[in-house]
Amino acid sequence: MNKKSLISITDFSKAEYLRIMELAADFEKNPNQKLLEGKVVASLFFEPSTRTRLSFETAINRMGGRIIGFSDAGSSSVSKGETLHDTIRMVSNYADLIVMRHPLEGSARYASEVSGVPVINAGDGANQHPTQTLLDMYSILKTQGTLDNRNIFMVGDLKYGRTVHSLLMAMSEFENPIFNFIAPEELQMPHEYKMFLKEKGIRYFEHKEFTSIISEADIVYMTRVQKERFADPIEYEKVKNVYILRNCMLNNTKDNMRILHPLPRVNEIHTDVDSNRKAYYFEQALNGVFTREAIIAHTLNLK
Amino acid sequence: MSDELKKKLKLKVSAIQNGTVIDHIPSENLFKVITILGLDKVNNQITFGANFESQKLGNKAIIKISDKFFEDDEINKIALIAPHAKLNIIRDYEVAEKRIVEVPEEVNGIMRCFNPKCISNFEPMVTRFKVVSKAPIGLKCRYCEKITHEDQIVII
Ligand SMILES: [Zn+2]
Repeated sequence: MNKKSLISITDFSKAEYLRIMELAADFEKNPNQKLLEGKVVASLFFEPSTRTRLSFETAINRMGGRIIGFSDAGSSSVSKGETLHDTIRMVSNYADLIVMRHPLEGSARYASEVSGVPVINAGDGANQHPTQTLLDMYSILKTQGTLDNRNIFMVGDLKYGRTVHSLLMAMSEFENPIFNFIAPEELQMPHEYKMFLKEKGIRYFEHKEFTSIISEADIVYMTRVQKERFADPIEYEKVKNVYILRNCMLNNTKDNMRILHPLPRVNEIHTDVDSNRKAYYFEQALNGVFTREAIIAHTLNLK
Repeated sequence: MSDELKKKLKLKVSAIQNGTVIDHIPSENLFKVITILGLDKVNNQITFGANFESQKLGNKAIIKISDKFFEDDEINKIALIAPHAKLNIIRDYEVAEKRIVEVPEEVNGIMRCFNPKCISNFEPMVTRFKVVSKAPIGLKCRYCEKITHEDQIVII
């Protein structure tokens, strides 16, 4: 089958990452390119995710495509007990492309095997969310002018945070990245990812806090530390304020330093950071539309 | 009685003329091995025994199947639950060949993914794993990308 799905970030090569970046820049210059004219895109959200869905649907609309689908499983045949297999087989007869989000891990890979048309994974449980990673990379490229030689700080929940895992995998394809992992004991970067970096000869450092080292960062990627992740609530109480970014911490940071966050934010970035020009998370979200246009164009060979 | 004679007598009890003897199966996995190899669905003559003494396993099971010879990829399926199994291929009452099982590169449809949130535990579909380490065994699910470890293996 000669169709190009995007399920995991590692499905794409470095050359493809760069191609997506190039296309995203092109869509940013001119977002309304009617490349999907006459095409139907299925937007299948088996669990609600308004943010991701609106970003995709904006991208599709700007490209002139038509959308079919549902925004939560309750309104679909899934609630009547239909298998994913049957839903995907049916929809792939109607649409030229499937964008799907599903609470179960591996659902997108399975759908791509069943579907006759390309599938873009918009999140499969705690597993993968590759379009988020590509928009993170586009944000890094845009703010830094390069994806090489970046010192990337990852802060918060590095154990369960799929966005940091995928970003680590993708950035490791570029020249000389340095990773600084800042997380409480319970939420440290999993062993397998550290082994992966070791094998590639990529430098990484682990810390319990980051106020003393933030001046070295090019990118500070914040994630949320959730109370539910802690077996012992007392441990959460001890660390909950350590992983909050405040404006006063940004005084001696590099001029090119930018703060990213996959959103939604709760309290891990204090609102006093929002007006700092180094806060980039809202622009980052907008970059998602251009990046998703690029991904759609790439998977369907439209450009 | 000489050891040689004892051995011969032992073999005679349930000797087979042609076929395969699978030795060194952990006793607790005997019936799983039978299921994986589909021996519960064939017409060949089969004898099996469990809870024999074994220096290596403490306790082992043996299966003897008449007129049955396994292909490598067929027999390697049992490596997940009987990694030390040894095969004696019998022709005309003699051991014609000895073989060991090898952990395959891929495992399809035999076991469950340990991840309760994996799609393969919800859909009627074939599970697929890539073997990422062989001792101890680690299997990466093609779908959820999580690794099932040797002690988490559950045969379907
Ligand atoms: Zn799985």
